[in-house]
Amino acid sequence: MAPELMYRRNRCIKCGECAASCLQEAIALQANRISISRRRCNSCGECSQKCPTGALAVVGKEVSVEEVVKEIDKDAVFYDESEGGVTFSGGEPLLQSDFLNALLDECNERGIHTAVDTCGCVSPETVEKISDKVDLFLYDIKLLDDKAHRKYTGVSNKAILRNFEKLARNRNDILVRFPIVPKVNDGKDNVAKTAEFVLSQGIKRICLLPYHRAGIEKYRSLGRVYKLRRIKPPSDQELMKIKKRLETFGLDVKIGGG
Amino acid sequence: MTEFYKSDVAGQSSVPVRRALAFKHLLENKRIYIGEHELIIGERGLAPKAVPTYPEICCHSLKDLEILNTRKKTPYAVDEETKRIYKEEIIPFWKGKSIRDAIFSKMSGEWKKAYEAGVFTEFLEQRAPGHTVLDGKIYGKGLIGFGKDIERSIERLDFLNDPEAYEKREELQAMKITAEALIRYAERHAEKARELLKKEKSPERRKELKKIAEVCTNVPTNAPRDFWEALQYYWFVHLGVIAELNPWDSFNPGRLDQHLYPFYRKGLEDGTLTKEKAKELLQLLWVKFNNQPAPPKVGVTAEESNTYNDFALINTGGVKIDGSDGVNELSYLILDVVEEMRLPQPSSMVQISKKTPDDFLRRALKIIKTGFGQPSVFNTDEIIQELLRQGKSIEDARNGGASGCVETGAFGKECYILTGYFNMVKVLEITLNNGIDPRTGQETGIETGNPVEFDSFDELFEAFKKQLNYFVEVKIKGNNVIERLYAEFLPAPFLSLFIDDCIANGKDYNNGGARYNTNYIQGVGLGTITDSLAAITYQVFEEKQVTFEGLLKALKANFKGHEKLRQKLLNKTPKYGNDDEYADGVMKTVFEAYYSAIDGRPNTKGGRYRINLLPTTVHVYFGQLVGATPDGRKAGEPVSEGVSPVQGADRKGPTAVIKSVSKIDHVRTGGTLLNQKFAPELLADEEGMDKLGFLIRAYFKLDGHHIQFNVVNADTLREAQKHPEKFGDLLVRVAGYSDYFVNLSVELQNEIIGRTEHKSF
Repeated sequence: MAPELMYRRNRCIKCGECAASCLQEAIALQANRISISRRRCNSCGECSQKCPTGALAVVGKEVSVEEVVKEIDKDAVFYDESEGGVTFSGGEPLLQSDFLNALLDECNERGIHTAVDTCGCVSPETVEKISDKVDLFLYDIKLLDDKAHRKYTGVSNKAILRNFEKLARNRNDILVRFPIVPKVNDGKDNVAKTAEFVLSQGIKRICLLPYHRAGIEKYRSLGRVYKLRRIKPPSDQELMKIKKRLETFGLDVKIGGG
Repeated sequence: MTEFYKSDVAGQSSVPVRRALAFKHLLENKRIYIGEHELIIGERGLAPKAVPTYPEICCHSLKDLEILNTRKKTPYAVDEETKRIYKEEIIPFWKGKSIRDAIFSKMSGEWKKAYEAGVFTEFLEQRAPGHTVLDGKIYGKGLIGFGKDIERSIERLDFLNDPEAYEKREELQAMKITAEALIRYAERHAEKARELLKKEKSPERRKELKKIAEVCTNVPTNAPRDFWEALQYYWFVHLGVIAELNPWDSFNPGRLDQHLYPFYRKGLEDGTLTKEKAKELLQLLWVKFNNQPAPPKVGVTAEESNTYNDFALINTGGVKIDGSDGVNELSYLILDVVEEMRLPQPSSMVQISKKTPDDFLRRALKIIKTGFGQPSVFNTDEIIQELLRQGKSIEDARNGGASGCVETGAFGKECYILTGYFNMVKVLEITLNNGIDPRTGQETGIETGNPVEFDSFDELFEAFKKQLNYFVEVKIKGNNVIERLYAEFLPAPFLSLFIDDCIANGKDYNNGGARYNTNYIQGVGLGTITDSLAAITYQVFEEKQVTFEGLLKALKANFKGHEKLRQKLLNKTPKYGNDDEYADGVMKTVFEAYYSAIDGRPNTKGGRYRINLLPTTVHVYFGQLVGATPDGRKAGEPVSEGVSPVQGADRKGPTAVIKSVSKIDHVRTGGTLLNQKFAPELLADEEGMDKLGFLIRAYFKLDGHHIQFNVVNADTLREAQKHPEKFGDLLVRVAGYSDYFVNLSVELQNEIIGRTEHKSF
């Protein structure tokens, strides 16, 4: 995990300040854009400092607990009204469990509601460490078949499902999120298995998160390769079909974030 | 009007009596119009959507009439007959004699320079002072009762010791004449109704005409007996006020749900009224408001208030005089009418106090969601604080509210005149040019120092304050003259009947007769000037990214050849609206300077000057007269509006905007205006609306004054695709989150446009 250089082309005015200032000679000014050698770039941020429009920006930075708490406090008056709070998301927040732990303590001290958005792909001890401090879990469940899970995510789903089981034993305010990726996990079989698994843990609520392609632009701006171009977002009808199917199992289904 | 003024009696009367007799003449001879299906009757002009002119205030030239007839924005059809009458009778008589002529001839050279430079506007050069709202007094008293009050006041006059006794008597007699004139006017309507009755065949309509005749015979002579009479009484008074003069913001029944409630309850209880009938009558009143266009404006006044809307802002909700929650069934019924009728006039708003039930707020949000911009939302508790700070009694404060756009007033008791908009950004520009207006090269301000010699923000701001004070004083000196002109030559005896304490004091509304007499100068461009000063401090003095000289050069060139600098100013500089201490601190400094320059100064009516922060449409006009500004704004573009951040400068979401705007001390103003834009999806379900409710409550907890919502549609989104720089602050719902529309890829934007179209109302 490290900061990355993001280039938003629609903001670029082709002034060339970045190319002139790059210490790694990684940037070249072209006719109507700049080109960045990702190999040479070390995300030092010199170019983004010089960039007048903010087309170049380094995304991802180190922050202290105090800095985060200061940001959270800014909205305190709104939490007071709405009984809303902070959602810790990512990436995967549990990969920074000590940091998360400290922030959860600060929030609890202030009486601010906390939610953690996770896929549960960490050790059980990590989950255990923070779970009592979290008011609401948003838990991703993508694929019930382990082989398919390994194929599409690179890891097994065993830890994910076990962590879920453990959490569900001690609490019922888990909001399950089922990202719907056509041709990957929207088949009848996975839908049924997901429903059965969730219900078997005593959880009734599930949100369908339709795959969208907002990420394509982001990947492009980070100079990364987007591997799912062939997949289109699910249609409204397809989503409704899945929703209905899940409902027949007895689940309370919402389309969208919840 | 011209006819009357030519008569002998006009020449022989004192000014107030002359005005009263002119009013009488008008109402005796004005054509009476009763529409086919009308129940509430009476028109401002010869027919719905027509409006008279007021040559004694502003005599339109033939050229003006042509412009009015043909201009693209807010045109007014002028027929040949009207042009002829103007040519042959009106212009020859009034040319050079209207109060507008008097005003412009009596303003000083420095005033004229500032006015033409666009430093301020003058509200009273085409329209009479008004800016007031009715309280509940007419609902318990007929004009006969007002007549008795007048007689008592006359009896009390002390001709031995009071040097003003004579003037007071003339004024009181004038008031009496106008009261009688309105009674006669109503009678004429009754007569017309009876005339139509003779020819009417339909039994349904016959019944209605009979009732109309009855109503117009009882009110406004006597107190209203039922819901219908209450509405008709108000409407006659309204017509009287806007016939006498063309005051700003026409007239306004104010807390309508409070005043009509006893009639509503009584009618339901004794079976003479049903909810449906009440609704129908309210809808008809709404149609009346919608059919009254504002009087035709020309010149600068047309620019600053570019609309037909005549700003009658109906208040619902709020608190009662004892401080308890004021929401009742009528409050809800009025909102139903607002939602169904969906008319631009009258405007409507809800007053939300900490005692107001969430259900009422939610009902308002349901209408806001439909996206026609009404109702706006006001903070009762903060309004009351404003009024108390200004020295009003607690009862007068609780009975008050907001009118026009967002102006706070003690309804029925206060004369709170908006005297003109003030262009804070222009003053900064003149400061940066050591007193010269760069647009004309003229010496418009005073010399406050060559800015390139300033070494710090403090030095610059000292110069700005001097310039600000100079212009404020020029404005007020002008105001003082204009005020006396109206007091002496154009009193409003009819309006004075209805605003306390004119009758008791024997003094006209335009001469300090009201219990409270407040003047306002409306500040414009707070966001732009804040960001501009922040840019200078940050980029010139601190980061030293550019010298002062370099910046001024770039401004002069309208940033041509300085695009990099402009982008830095736009993107790499602290901006107001992001809950950022740096920029918001600058804002507070500007606010204090504007406040100190104006608040508390005396007017000529025994009252004080206060400030408010609202633009109507003047931010466009003002922007046209200001060159490029240090915040990155290009020459001629609009300046920021109300207390909103500069268009597109807020990049951290609505909670950050509200935090920033809350750092203004609203309680020390007489009203502030905050506009927010949302896509409809944010309000799509109950949850979305609850959240909007929380946002409002949090803003009000922080003593915000007002907020209104623009819920956009697919066409707006398409516009935003074409001109992202204008829509930087537009938030839309993407997936499970919201983001700035202009940040999204084109594909995603199109997807959202498709969604929005699909889910339109």
